[in-house]
Amino acid sequence: MRSLAKSEEIIPVIKKRTIEALLEKGTRIDGRKLDEYREISVKFNVIEKAEGSAIVNIGNTMVIAGVKCVLGMPFSDTPDEGVLIVNTELIPLASPTFEPGPPGEDDIEIARVVDRGLRSTKAVDLRKLCIIQGRRVWALYIDIYALNHDGNLMDASGLAAYCALLCAKISKVSTENESIKILEEKEPLPVQHQAIPVTFAKIGDKIVVDPCYEEELIMDARLTLSFNEEGQICAIQKGGRGVFTLDEIMYCAELGRKISQDIAESIKRQLENIQ
Amino acid sequence: MPVFFTQRQIVAPGDLLAEGNYSLGSNVYAIENRIYSSVLGLAEIKDGRVISVIPLKGCYIPRVNDIVIGKIIDVGIASWLVDINSPYTGYLQVSDALSKPVDITKIQLRKFLDIGDIIVAKVTAFDLTRDPQLTIKESRLGKVEKGSLVEISPVKVPRVIGKKGSMISMLEKELGCEIIVGQNGRILVTSRNKARELFAVRLIKIIEREAHISGLTDRIKSMIIKAKKEGVI
Amino acid sequence: MKGKICLLNEEGLRIDGRKLDQLRPIKIEVGVLKNADGSAYIEQGKNKIMVAVYGPRELHPRHQALPDRAVLRCRYHMAPFSVPERKSPAPSRREVELSKVIRQALEPALFLEMFPRTSIDVFIEVLQADGGTRCASITAAAVALADAGIPMRDLVAAVAVGKIEGKIALDLNHLEDQYGEADIPVAMMPGLDQITLLQADGLITLDELKEALKLAKNGIMQIYKLQKEALKSKYLESGEELG
Repeated sequence: MRSLAKSEEIIPVIKKRTIEALLEKGTRIDGRKLDEYREISVKFNVIEKAEGSAIVNIGNTMVIAGVKCVLGMPFSDTPDEGVLIVNTELIPLASPTFEPGPPGEDDIEIARVVDRGLRSTKAVDLRKLCIIQGRRVWALYIDIYALNHDGNLMDASGLAAYCALLCAKISKVSTENESIKILEEKEPLPVQHQAIPVTFAKIGDKIVVDPCYEEELIMDARLTLSFNEEGQICAIQKGGRGVFTLDEIMYCAELGRKISQDIAESIKRQLENIQ
Repeated sequence: MPVFFTQRQIVAPGDLLAEGNYSLGSNVYAIENRIYSSVLGLAEIKDGRVISVIPLKGCYIPRVNDIVIGKIIDVGIASWLVDINSPYTGYLQVSDALSKPVDITKIQLRKFLDIGDIIVAKVTAFDLTRDPQLTIKESRLGKVEKGSLVEISPVKVPRVIGKKGSMISMLEKELGCEIIVGQNGRILVTSRNKARELFAVRLIKIIEREAHISGLTDRIKSMIIKAKKEGVI
Repeated sequence: MKGKICLLNEEGLRIDGRKLDQLRPIKIEVGVLKNADGSAYIEQGKNKIMVAVYGPRELHPRHQALPDRAVLRCRYHMAPFSVPERKSPAPSRREVELSKVIRQALEPALFLEMFPRTSIDVFIEVLQADGGTRCASITAAAVALADAGIPMRDLVAAVAVGKIEGKIALDLNHLEDQYGEADIPVAMMPGLDQITLLQADGLITLDELKEALKLAKNGIMQIYKLQKEALKSKYLESGEELG
């Protein structure tokens, strides 16, 4: 059964009313417009011992993701494919409302939605991670850790995972004489498609993008859509105790697609700056 | 102003019952001027204005002044916890149980009411922020020493009581017994004639099952007459 | 492995003979478990799912209770024998996520504010799985909640739509989910036209999403009708057996 500690912090009614009143006037508690995303900054390759890593900041929300490549066995039904495993932890240092312990439903949900996006879009061609068919493949572990929670850990996690993959370098492998030798030389991980999540929150009858912490506490429902570079949707996850109409979903999809393109541009620029 | 059901028609949650200037009875809710059922049950309109749904099932939510039949489940230092067949546990303070003030350091509460004892009590306070408070100090309240206890679904209590208590009065008169109906679905039947006491219990279960079928009172009465004729009771 | 199975034949029929916009056969039974306050059993295609509802009841541990409304708790679990390769009985990450999304799909329908400091528990056991289990679970859970007499704004009905061989299809079975191009579970309160669950994996364009949602609503309206029939016939039954 779920623990209530994390997301059921009781917010004073007055604060909720203030936020709703501001929304009526077309502005948010942090001054943004309803369709305005916070500033995103990415630091690539922050952990040298990881094959790939990134810290993503969305406003004050901070998340780090690390990619580790481990030799392993493929799944029996996909003997010629590498393995992708995404794990997320909302650790106590990120927020007074997070408690220590094994991953709960919120951690698991984020991990699975990020995984879904990367898998559906085929961000990494898993066949290129096959070393010896049926016996040895690269297993890509993406571990995502929240460092500071100021709302929208979903997008920050998805972006951190994607950015960590973008800058990841994997050791070359030689398979002479049936034995596997991991070489010193490294090559970039073949990332061929994008998965960028954009999350919306519904508060009353208003929809805002990239909710901050306080907006998340009072929101009725949440909708996350992940997009690839062609504007196709590769993951959707509705969350929260509220509802959406079909029109609201299509509104989020249209706006999300546009925002995902802006975010992709921004990441591209930041990546180019370090290369 | 349309009404979309016939009297005592079975409706389900979300069924649109009426549109227009009607009053909300029980187990219905409104969005603007549209009235919907919130439970599975029989839809009714009273006085051409008040729309309600009689639920098939439901739990007991205490109301102040309700008579309830409870079971002691815990003994504290100065109070008892009482199971009143509700998601909310009843709370009986010593001062609401004994007429004379007592020294709780000197007396054992268990001597008065122990775990497992049955009481007829009245709800004196209940709001959704704290547990219901009970009293047994008034007349006709107190510990139950004899009789048969039967439990029915709380939503069927009005049917067992009948219009203006007609069903209960009829049972008491025809079977020569005393029946205390707890709003929480627990009913106490006491009679000198044990056979009649148990027969009353059986009848109450039948009334619960057939609560939504018309002509119930007459059917019950004829069952009693038949049993008397056959010398069963 | 993808592409090795043909999901649509030349006549546009699916592996089980259905048309693209056809539901699998559905059977819903109400009140099958006598201890629970409410219960329902659903068969949808080869899915067999049992749902029990307990509540509103006192919530233990007390500190988890909410002062202004009931807590809805939901446990989605698959029996080890429900799938071809025995599944470990320990809750998997998938079951944890599904328990959460199912809870959030049902919550908007319940008048939780009427029962502060209590819990309403929904237990879902998948006895046999063949794709679309979370949707069938939601459908059955809504019926079980209504059977328990818990006040609701509307029932919640759910179905998974998806894309197979480029076409939008209704009520994917397991093979279609595994080998198709997209899987989109949707739940709605049909009477209020509100969506309470929406997920997707695979790749779809915005237009395909719109089309899929319309098809889902279509299927959901049919399922909604079946839910109401199952509930109302149970009521009639309890009258009829005594003449």
